[in-house]
Amino acid sequence: MAHTGVLRPGFIQLRVLDMPSAITHYVDRIGLHQVSEGPDGRIYLKSADEFDHHSVVLRRADSAGMDVMAFKVAKDSDLDRFEKRITDYGYVVDHIPPEEQPGIGRRIGFMLESGHRIELFAHAEQSDPKPLTLNPDVWDYEPHGMRARRFDHALLYGPNVEKNLDFFCNVLDFSCTETVGPTGNLIAVFLSAGMKAHDIAFANYPSPGKLHHISFELENWNDVGHAADIIARYDISIDIGPTRHGITRGQTIYFFDPSGNRNEVFAGGFTFYPDHPIRTWDEGHVGKAIFYYERVLNDAFLSVVT
Amino acid sequence: MTATHFRIYVKDVGAADCNIDERVLVALERAQGLGQLNPLPCKLPVGCRRGGCGICKAKIVTGEFLRTPMSRSHISVDDEQAGFVLSCSIYPRSDLLLKLECSTKTGTKGKKVISNEEENQ
Ligand SMILES: [Fe+2]
Repeated sequence: MAHTGVLRPGFIQLRVLDMPSAITHYVDRIGLHQVSEGPDGRIYLKSADEFDHHSVVLRRADSAGMDVMAFKVAKDSDLDRFEKRITDYGYVVDHIPPEEQPGIGRRIGFMLESGHRIELFAHAEQSDPKPLTLNPDVWDYEPHGMRARRFDHALLYGPNVEKNLDFFCNVLDFSCTETVGPTGNLIAVFLSAGMKAHDIAFANYPSPGKLHHISFELENWNDVGHAADIIARYDISIDIGPTRHGITRGQTIYFFDPSGNRNEVFAGGFTFYPDHPIRTWDEGHVGKAIFYYERVLNDAFLSVVT
Repeated sequence: MTATHFRIYVKDVGAADCNIDERVLVALERAQGLGQLNPLPCKLPVGCRRGGCGICKAKIVTGEFLRTPMSRSHISVDDEQAGFVLSCSIYPRSDLLLKLECSTKTGTKGKKVISNEEENQ
């Protein structure tokens, strides 16, 4: 297997102010399925096009934002290997026992210098609905809502993004695919564990631990248009789009969940190979980098986070 | 007949019509689009419109309203008792007089940016 170590984003745990409206949003509008409800009230969601138990966790809280983003690694021994490397790098690693979240094996966790908690896990049970594997039709359950196919990536805001860049590349073996801003004073970094244009991204921001958006992958530009119809029909709070990002080339809409957490639906994006050079955007082209058609940032991009 | 819409007066700035089932911030956005909030010193601070990001913080000077969930990171218990709200997360139940908490400041590149008075976790 050429793709080893960290495979992909596994799940993100979000804080929501009101659970019923959050479930309506993520299930009926985004198109996810509810897998289960935990004894502590956390809700576990997935796309029908994902095999693993869940990819989005909702936790009722008094503030919006994210608790943790977790990545899946290829095998259990990777957790020990990464624990040693993370500890050697100087970060404190803690341990979450299996089944703290249903269907998920043991996890290791640590805090980034941007104030975000990251976890790694190797084992996830599968849950229904999931893709077919024998003579596989394109879907088993008919897609609904925006027809999200997976939790794709997150953009996180906090300080010290260049330290995160160093950590992800040198400890977790990610590749940097794109950067914004001058070397030594980067505004944003885009990081991939595999062949996607990004699995996680960070932008410099004075307050630690902030969420800019979580993104769901759609099949194509037609589905982005369909998502826009859903956003208008159900009066979902829109940020911008449909448009395209210069960074990643993804076709996109930014909007907000009922607790104010920014969501994205996203289609396309370039294919990345680990031998590819880093693509860079200088400060004079930051508008085009973020919103390719508008060529200018909106006020909310830099200042609105949870 | 009971009222179905109210006037939202923004201190020193102007006034907007707001339906009883409409978020106050959304009514202000429309009023700004119609040129009714001209003296506003900055673009109306619109963020998530759902009580999470805190950018539309305002103080209610007078009037009654229905409150929906808003982040405690931005409206603490003390703030709430002092009359602060996120204007995206209230619905009018009478005419309202409010004061926006946003400020304009000039960034290093001379670009006007909007920020909250205080940055809190
Ligand atoms: Fe994104």
